[in-house]
Amino acid sequence: MSAIERAILALLAAMATASLLFLFWGASPVEVYGLLLARTWGDAYGFGQVLFKATPLALTGLAVSLAWRGGLLNVGGEGQLAAGSLAMGLVGAAMTGVPALVALPLALGAGMVAGGVVAAIPAVLKVRAGAHEVISTIMMNFVVVGCIGFIGRQGAYVEATVHTAPIAPSAAIPSLGIAGSAASWAVALAVCAAVALHVVLARSRVGFDVRALGAQAAAAEAGGVAVARTTAGLLLASGAMAGLVGASTVLGYKGYFEDGLGSGSGFMGIAVALLAGGRPLAVLPAALFFATLSHGALAISTLVPREIVDVVMGVVILAVGLSLAPRQGAAR
Amino acid sequence: MFGRQAIAVGVVVNLLLLAAGLGRPSAEVASDRVRVGLVFDVGGLGDKSFNDAAHIGLVRAEETLDAQISTVEPGDGSDRESALRQLAAAGNDLVIGVGFIFTDDIRRIAGEFPDVKFACVDFSVGPGDPPPPPNLLGLRFREEEGSFLVGAAAGLASKTGKVGFIGGMMIPLIQKFEAGYVDGVRAVCPTCEVSIAYAGTEPKAFADPTTGKELALAQYGRGADVIFHASGKTGAGVFVAAREKGKMAIGVDADQFHEAPCCVLTSMVKDVDVAVYDTVLAVATDKFKGGLSEFGVKEGGVRYVFDDRNAAMWPDGARERVEALSAEIAAGLRTVPTVPQ
Repeated sequence: MSAIERAILALLAAMATASLLFLFWGASPVEVYGLLLARTWGDAYGFGQVLFKATPLALTGLAVSLAWRGGLLNVGGEGQLAAGSLAMGLVGAAMTGVPALVALPLALGAGMVAGGVVAAIPAVLKVRAGAHEVISTIMMNFVVVGCIGFIGRQGAYVEATVHTAPIAPSAAIPSLGIAGSAASWAVALAVCAAVALHVVLARSRVGFDVRALGAQAAAAEAGGVAVARTTAGLLLASGAMAGLVGASTVLGYKGYFEDGLGSGSGFMGIAVALLAGGRPLAVLPAALFFATLSHGALAISTLVPREIVDVVMGVVILAVGLSLAPRQGAAR
Repeated sequence: MFGRQAIAVGVVVNLLLLAAGLGRPSAEVASDRVRVGLVFDVGGLGDKSFNDAAHIGLVRAEETLDAQISTVEPGDGSDRESALRQLAAAGNDLVIGVGFIFTDDIRRIAGEFPDVKFACVDFSVGPGDPPPPPNLLGLRFREEEGSFLVGAAAGLASKTGKVGFIGGMMIPLIQKFEAGYVDGVRAVCPTCEVSIAYAGTEPKAFADPTTGKELALAQYGRGADVIFHASGKTGAGVFVAAREKGKMAIGVDADQFHEAPCCVLTSMVKDVDVAVYDTVLAVATDKFKGGLSEFGVKEGGVRYVFDDRNAAMWPDGARERVEALSAEIAAGLRTVPTVPQ
């Protein structure tokens, strides 16, 4: 069976499972799928929401892909994006009276630095102590979320709420204006990031080092790659990329950081990177695919219960994973 | 070749499944019925407390007022606004958000859909916030008053002189429960010790029974024999701990007696279902008015439970004592603090 046949089969299996569950619940699969499509790609607002939801997924998908190409699995996207989002909210709020040309880069930079700092701890643990990054990045998620709750209560949140003060207008990323949807120009940021990452990985010396590291660490070292430095740098860059998620949620949509804003995209980014085979340009359509499911899930939740929708999402990820698993080696 | 055959079979199976649903009647849009949409908080439905109470009120409106209802459970935080907007755009007459966290989103959407009516359970009003727009009703409860009454019950029923409080997410709303409870315990038992614990600082703390059980076991272990929880689904763990240890627990939001029939002393009932039902009724009868509406002991919006099932756990005279305190609050003779002292 070819890879394409496998992928088609996997999606057919996922769809059949979903249809069965819908029938069980007493809903017509045709009606459910029809509503899902109509409310995502079928109207302007839905399309805008798909773009909005795809942006964080693209950024975390890129973050995971970048680390993965160097042979590392960054499971800390949740913590990195949360720290980045809080930093963007706080710096953005402090930018009153500062022109956009300064305020926006500062806010974006704050997010990247915060995401990078969160990833720095697993990076140091990895190169100094040999701690496996899967364990340390996932544990950092809990540390960061706990810290954010604490910082929020210590005065970062507006009284009687769980969000920070509003950001200055100059730090906001303008909306795309698609029928009142939450989509903003942060979409363009994600596209630029994908293209930039593609060029760096494919064309640059650093990119070559990363790919060599991912293919065979020992051989890369023998070939003159500074393994420790590249590994640490890779995790930092991956964290910084995840730290950019707030551009879409904080600067482009809410205008403040709210507890839990963007959560979930850190883990979904792993599925996005998997579907894209770790290729930056393929991350964009993969993010659109999962964003369609995610917003579509909301649209159909008046017809079927949330739990069924969650099961369907899980089945899709499982099916995609199974169909792609044998090709993992080839993607490197 | 095997691949193509398998795909062909897969396509046929899918077509059959799609066809199987075709005969089912799809939901019709009736123009003469009042249409109500309700958005739960993330993971809210099935909490056997706050969100379920809202659902009960909505279902009652469906049954007795012939309202056409639809509900949405958002997948993540950024879905809240989207779900509200989806229900408003779908032609509902009334859209309800369940939880304080909807406050800002529902304000924004109410401005965008001036012809749709909105209601928000536990709508929060900070200092300096403008009043809600005319098409938005903020439903607020004086939880501290109900918590005071169950606190008094706990203080009277405790044999060890030690009682506990377990909150969900540490926010001013839940601290209102804490403040009222502690004040109630002190009113009847000035020497009683109250241990306070919270499950966390993020919304997940309302859906974490594992942590709830651990916190409860710790408080029982230190000698507490009554624990009041104000923690949504997290409370399920508190009841498990109560059953294991044979100690008493106090339910919240709904009458939670059935969660642990051996051990539930009482519940601080917040009649969210009544508030939701009344709001639908107001829309159905064209009497809806925006603004803020408060429910306390006086209005019957918060109360404690005493009936045949739990009476045996109450010491002699305790009921009369709590009832007297309730009358004092209703008459405005006693004010209960809203922030922990």
